[in-house]
Amino acid sequence: MSEAFDVARWRPAPFLPERETRDRALVFVVAVLCYLACVTGLAVIAADRAASGWSRQLSSEVTVIVRGGAGLTPDAAAAAAAETLAGVPGVSEARALEARKAYDLVRPWIGDVAEVEELPVPRLVAVSLDRKRPPDAATLRRALKAQGLDAIVDDHSLWLKDVRRAAGIARGLAAVVFLLVAAAAGAVAASATRAGLAAQRPVVEVLRLAGAEEGFIAGLFQARFARAAALAGTIGAGAAALTGAALRLAGGGEGLTPALPFAWVDLLAVLPCPVLAALVAGLAARLAVRRIGDGTP
Amino acid sequence: MSRNPVAAAAADIDEVVRFDAVSMRYGRGAEVLRDISFSLAPGSFHFITGPSGAGKSSLLKLIYLAAQPSAGEIRLFGEDLARTPTRRWPELRRRMGLVFQDLLLLDHLTAFDNAAAPLRIAGARPSDYRADVAELLAWVGLGARMGAFPPELAGGEKQRLAIARAVVARPQILLADEPTSNVDAQAALRIYRLFVELNRLGTTVLIATHDQDLVARSGRPALHLEGGRLAWRAPQGPAAA
Repeated sequence: MSEAFDVARWRPAPFLPERETRDRALVFVVAVLCYLACVTGLAVIAADRAASGWSRQLSSEVTVIVRGGAGLTPDAAAAAAAETLAGVPGVSEARALEARKAYDLVRPWIGDVAEVEELPVPRLVAVSLDRKRPPDAATLRRALKAQGLDAIVDDHSLWLKDVRRAAGIARGLAAVVFLLVAAAAGAVAASATRAGLAAQRPVVEVLRLAGAEEGFIAGLFQARFARAAALAGTIGAGAAALTGAALRLAGGGEGLTPALPFAWVDLLAVLPCPVLAALVAGLAARLAVRRIGDGTP
Repeated sequence: MSRNPVAAAAADIDEVVRFDAVSMRYGRGAEVLRDISFSLAPGSFHFITGPSGAGKSSLLKLIYLAAQPSAGEIRLFGEDLARTPTRRWPELRRRMGLVFQDLLLLDHLTAFDNAAAPLRIAGARPSDYRADVAELLAWVGLGARMGAFPPELAGGEKQRLAIARAVVARPQILLADEPTSNVDAQAALRIYRLFVELNRLGTTVLIATHDQDLVARSGRPALHLEGGRLAWRAPQGPAAA
């Protein structure tokens, strides 16, 4: 070996051993945690989108129950209500539903009745609102009253409140789980980094006693462990993206389920994972080198 | 080896090392060094002698800043260590060459990489020191072993590699802790002659050893430690180098 040594072609070798079994363990553990963090992150995004969708849908629709009007049949009253509401600023569309739909709504309580048309069932008017400047329920009520129509405006506010609360809880829980998994990934990365660093303590000692600055030593370890964590983050994020893609494909156009919509663009959310893992591991290495200290009391 | 320019610069100061009433203890234990006072002039050559546990290694640790005194004042290259911020310690250490009892060679690096380490740490470019390192390794008798890794080297070769690493950056002072403890008498003599040659080039040398024969044959002065206290010993015989 020594006979083949060529001084002219010599290049400095890395101060730290290039391959360590310990590094593989670090990569594996951090990759698994990064995977879990990314999958949870994707679930947070899907939950957020679902919550926003439910709220948007409920707040942009109003149902008006028309009980009648002076001298008007129920169908005529519903038509008049739809016409009135369509003229209110902020209303995109007002459509009187067919009488059959109103009967369908009460059928579970009254059962199949032969001549349902003769029953005094109120008619329904579905109102779509402009999402940018929707009128409130009171404005709609005033417009209907001005035409002498007997109607109830249901703006879904009760439902909306419940849905928003439920969505907020789901969103918050998912975010907490994500933060916990991300924190665990960071802690494991830091711990594994410190363990790897402890194994290299003799190298640290030699470098320090040879006059190496703290920054020089920290830089060596920072670069090494940041690289290992970045690799782990890439593996974890890649696996999470594949999982997300599989769920998107399995879920068809809705992406997973209508209740938990998932979009292709959501997969981009895993991109910061390798960088964050590298930052955490690099920072942990720097702090650990500092903690080893200067060998003096 | 050419004349040591760093050692020449050291001639500007009166003392490379100065201890005034220095004591030292590990943690809350008993003092391992008590009321030690001495100074080393630039270009001098001294031994530290004494039985095991006398405090030889501890004294060296104080000089290479791996330990701090519990009392007294230490001056290195004219600087009072108590007033020197720790961020400047690496700079002071780069002016020293260290040969440790357990050598502390990096097993994953070749002999050439081990020897070149202090120059890399100092920020020198490989093209500037490549030839110097090769010359130095040849000088210590490792010219044919430059690509070997420490586990492939014999005991004496490892010692010489450690010495090469210690002197490659032209330190003002060379500190060696039992550098001949793991080699036979012939190898010990060869290592000692390397130290003498370095000293002739201007490097201050301080060697801790329990090898009384070597000290006696060298004709060099010794700082004798006994129970943590220091006693000067004048040269005891003719120089062996």
